[in-house]
Amino acid sequence: MSKIDQNTIKHISDLANIPVSTQETKKLVDDFLKTLKVIDELRQVSVEDVEPTHQVTQLTNVMREDEVAKEKMLTQEEALANTESSHKGYFVVPRILEK
Amino acid sequence: MSNLNNLTIAKALELIDKKEIQVSDIYQDLLNSIKEKNKELNIYLNTLPDPLKEVKKKTNLKLKGLPIAVKDNFCVPEMPTTASSKILKDFKSPYESTVTKNIKKAGGVIVGKTNLDAWAHGSSTETSDFGRTRNPRNTNHLPGGSSGGSAAAVAADLTLAAIGSETAGSVRQPAAWCGTVGFKPTYGRVSRYGVIAMASSTDSPGPITKTVEDSVILYQAIAGHDPNDATSSKKEVKNLIKELDQTIKNLKIGVLYLDVEELESIKDIYQEQLKVFEKLGAKVEFTQALDPRYAVGVYTVVQRSEVSSNLARFDGIRYGSDRSHFGDEAKRRIMLGTFTLSKGYADQYYNLAQKVRTLFINDFEKLFEKYDILVAPTSPGFAKKIGSSEGTAMFGELEDMLLEPSSIAGLPGISVPCYRDEKTNLYLGLNIMAPMFREDLMVRAADAFEKNTPWNSWRNNS
Repeated sequence: MSKIDQNTIKHISDLANIPVSTQETKKLVDDFLKTLKVIDELRQVSVEDVEPTHQVTQLTNVMREDEVAKEKMLTQEEALANTESSHKGYFVVPRILEK
Repeated sequence: MSNLNNLTIAKALELIDKKEIQVSDIYQDLLNSIKEKNKELNIYLNTLPDPLKEVKKKTNLKLKGLPIAVKDNFCVPEMPTTASSKILKDFKSPYESTVTKNIKKAGGVIVGKTNLDAWAHGSSTETSDFGRTRNPRNTNHLPGGSSGGSAAAVAADLTLAAIGSETAGSVRQPAAWCGTVGFKPTYGRVSRYGVIAMASSTDSPGPITKTVEDSVILYQAIAGHDPNDATSSKKEVKNLIKELDQTIKNLKIGVLYLDVEELESIKDIYQEQLKVFEKLGAKVEFTQALDPRYAVGVYTVVQRSEVSSNLARFDGIRYGSDRSHFGDEAKRRIMLGTFTLSKGYADQYYNLAQKVRTLFINDFEKLFEKYDILVAPTSPGFAKKIGSSEGTAMFGELEDMLLEPSSIAGLPGISVPCYRDEKTNLYLGLNIMAPMFREDLMVRAADAFEKNTPWNSWRNNS
């Protein structure tokens, strides 16, 4: 069983970019422990020499011609239609570099 | 003729063909019913303002303009697509899902978008950011989920048929709880393009309908290869209409999971109901499979991990609100998935889960050497009471325990009503599973079961 405490949750909250309050953090510790208890049952299963399955289709290297699909292109107006904040035809993004 | 919204797709097409009714007559009854019932049941988040305008363009096509309800995680340009989340509450998609495009091409009209657990995370339709949906069979109970709105729309006759999506139970479990048919195709059989991604390695769109025949009609419209979804299969789509009204004599049926502890109270019902298969000449045998409890662990890790990755795109920059607006359930899942994929834990959780997933695939392969199809209860019991999912971290996973093994293996399955409790008016479902791309076998059995038992409320009425 992994050690889960409020510091773990704070770290994960940073990684996932999801703000959580102190009260939520406490609740999430509890939820994590409950969920991991179910997951930890997997350790009872012997998986020696078993390969992992990441997808079930057995398809590999599905390629297409490197051509522009014009019917899928959006106009600038369409692309910006759902944003809350645009500036002269651009998306406005939060600053990530310090001044 | 009254209440034309009670018709099945097949019956409606027949009556239109004979010129006994017009499509517009159906819409008159349907729109009245929606007006009357939608407030209490909270099924539709949005409806098409003028469906008859669309109907006029469809009269020469197969589905003749009949109304189809679609879960609100399929992108359509004519209505908002919210995934029942506050983050996307105003999102209007600039492009369209392949499934809805195909429905329209076949002559269906998307009459409205139905409620779901927010982001399809759940099995109750209680985690919707826009309020819970109620089960039309008994409004003190949940419809199941995550396609609860679509199943409830069918059960309440607020559409003729509906589309849902499933990762592990989200079509079949609500279909069972609402006393309808839920058809989950093989993974890769129906395109995921334009469906708001949840767990990409198991997401499968599928019909929720009044009868097996209606499910087949919709399946034929939506199944097939799509260059926009690299996991979709190029295999030819079989004509499943041919499987209706066929014999199931000598079909080998394996019965799974009846010895699971949680099924104690309903085990006898299933044993009794399965006798019909024997009467129809099939060979029915109780058999053992890998403990479904382990599939709960596998599914939880895989689903949370893929969710954390898929929902990373919701940054509030190009569309939607920022990440502080995620509801409790989405937060919980994204963060757990971030954890199971994080440094030091990926091996311990994610890779271990994917190995156990292989064991389930191998287990099914072995079972299908012996049996043509496998059957099991869809859910461990009847629809739970309103409020049951609140404050529990694992509600859905445990409700979907019997569906998770075949879902992580990519297998197709169909749930048909197999019992009705007279006191509560609630239903149980029978889940019929087949090998990958053998939808024909499960449809044949499901259709035979439906036509030889009294549990389908539309067949009873007709």
